[in-house]
Amino acid sequence: MRAFTQHQGLVAPLDRSNVDTDMIIPKQFLKSIKRTGFGPNLFDELRYLDEGQPGRDNSQRPLNPDFVLNQPRYQGASVLLARSNFGCGSSREHAPWALEDFGFRVIIAPSFADIFYNNSFKNGLLPLVLDEKIVDQLFQRVEANPGYQLTVDLEQQVVLTPEGDSFPFEVDNFRRHCLLNGLDDIGVTLEDADNISAFEAKRRQDAPWLFEPLS
Amino acid sequence: MSGKTLYDKLWDAHLVKQRDDGSALIYIDRQLLHEVTSPQAFEGLRLANRKPWRVDANLATTDHNVPTTGRERGVDGIEDPVSKIQVLTLGSNCEEFGIVEYGMTDKRQGIVHVIGPEQGATLPGMTIVCGDSHTSTHGAFGALAHGIGTSEVEHVLATQCLVQKKSKNMKVEVNGTLNPGVTAKDVILAIIGKIGTAGGTGYAIEFAGSAIRSLSMEGRMTVCNMTIEAGARAGMVAVDDTTIEYVRGRPLAPKGDQWEQAVQAWKTLQSDADAVFDKVVTLDAASIQPQVSWGTSPEMVTNVGGRVPDPAKEADPIKREGIERALKYMGLKPNTPITEIRLDRVFIGSCTNARIEDLREAAAVVKGKTVASSLKQAMVVPGSGLVKAQAEAEGLDKIFLAAGLEWREPGCSMCLAMNADKLGDGEHCASTSNRNFEGRQGFGGRTHLVNPAMAAAAAIHGHFVDIAAADTAAV
Repeated sequence: MRAFTQHQGLVAPLDRSNVDTDMIIPKQFLKSIKRTGFGPNLFDELRYLDEGQPGRDNSQRPLNPDFVLNQPRYQGASVLLARSNFGCGSSREHAPWALEDFGFRVIIAPSFADIFYNNSFKNGLLPLVLDEKIVDQLFQRVEANPGYQLTVDLEQQVVLTPEGDSFPFEVDNFRRHCLLNGLDDIGVTLEDADNISAFEAKRRQDAPWLFEPLS
Repeated sequence: MSGKTLYDKLWDAHLVKQRDDGSALIYIDRQLLHEVTSPQAFEGLRLANRKPWRVDANLATTDHNVPTTGRERGVDGIEDPVSKIQVLTLGSNCEEFGIVEYGMTDKRQGIVHVIGPEQGATLPGMTIVCGDSHTSTHGAFGALAHGIGTSEVEHVLATQCLVQKKSKNMKVEVNGTLNPGVTAKDVILAIIGKIGTAGGTGYAIEFAGSAIRSLSMEGRMTVCNMTIEAGARAGMVAVDDTTIEYVRGRPLAPKGDQWEQAVQAWKTLQSDADAVFDKVVTLDAASIQPQVSWGTSPEMVTNVGGRVPDPAKEADPIKREGIERALKYMGLKPNTPITEIRLDRVFIGSCTNARIEDLREAAAVVKGKTVASSLKQAMVVPGSGLVKAQAEAEGLDKIFLAAGLEWREPGCSMCLAMNADKLGDGEHCASTSNRNFEGRQGFGGRTHLVNPAMAAAAAIHGHFVDIAAADTAAV
């Protein structure tokens, strides 16, 4: 996984709450057996006027001019500003894969759905919770200032604005540690292989029916 | 010190290691796998040269992509070459790693959340995960079950553990008696309507109260299934005689002395009387009416006797905009009576409502009647090969076919429209599935979530009807 320490980037505002993972990456693109290549179909139904299909050349499709990510001023955005309950619904990890593949490194929202939040950290994408009032303020500033950028410092756990604000944010120590160092958390878990084996042996004794072979 | 909740007990029983940084290693008893969210996990194992930690903890089936016609042709019956590759990839991965798979022509194949309980692969007291958010279904057995992403599927394959942070405890208590015609689906939709789609975020929810206890296992599964639509990853119901009787005799359930030993252990799977919950929500069962969703989020739901809401009456500007956007997508005008929404298709199926009890309820409504001529399609998709066989043994297929509904092969089907079963642009569908998101059932499709009997009645009339009220009037 790509490490994340500090990031400065252009902010794109997606002004709606309850953005679900079906919206982030529609089902037909989940047929892929790869982890990459989802970026061109991020927000497919909002971004294009027609129905997308896997394998199709997206450059020939009609764009929805009203969709925020199609507006010239937000080209190259790497920070997505969103409303509450971002990433709700399906557990598909294709959602963070698509956001990351498109070029996003940070999603800022007042709240995230649990599974999406968890999946993002596994892919070098930082979901960052700020208070609703601050998010509101950021929406206004992004709207008012073309080229508006934010700096996110994971080490210091702050968001720095061009106006000189420093908004602190919370993140679990373990997730922060893995993200800062780009760690494969399977490797970290396997350092406890002896503990897992010992637990398993006891469980096998206490609940042997859980260890019967399947057929 | 106060007692433990059911969730506390399940957590403690699976805690391998509490780390200093607040995270914990939790042991996973069962992983269910399907074709959509597993290929990248298997590929990850191969790239890192890792093997599954415990092969027998995993059970796989193919459900999301499979066509619901022409099953006798097996994988060759999949027209879409991309879908076919995904289904074949699951087969080859399971073969390579020695994992049991119920493939397309296996009688036991079906929706992963239907077959786990049906086979006894889902047992009380387990931790159960799957790369699918509706894994919460299995919590109905007094298990800790939740959906995970593909990286975590790989993590469980490789380590038999997950890195977790403990959730908070919420109890949703539904007391009293449900009115005739009101089902588990209406209970969970009413709960989501009350607490909202983010109401359970950060919590594990235990469903309790006399109305929950009186539900069958099928009903409890329906309730737990949609816990994720209330924002909570895991929902659960305490073990009682109903749970144990459902599990007894299942192919993978414990046998002989192990059965006795297991039942003794399972009987402890309830919250202690003095357990403290971080949040408690209560509902009066008698106040719940048949529910119909009108918008593009499962919280956008009302009584069948109600009306489409008027955004002008919403004070919160973000919510108002959400309602306006939903009504525009759904092609609905404010204040329209729910019973006047014209339907194009009806879908009875999904991991929420494709078990035998659901099909019996739907069949009872359509028996001797005919699907409205205004409908383009009404289809019934059983949850598994065994549900299909059971329904056919009871003659339910004949009832559906005689009424003009289609009787299909098992799979996820139009719930998420990854196969050929989908809505056309702008079409309204009465659906027993779990999500009414934009485009969920097909590009531009408009989903209304309902219970199986309501969907069946809508198929007959071409619009929603208050079947409970109609029954009362008939008496």
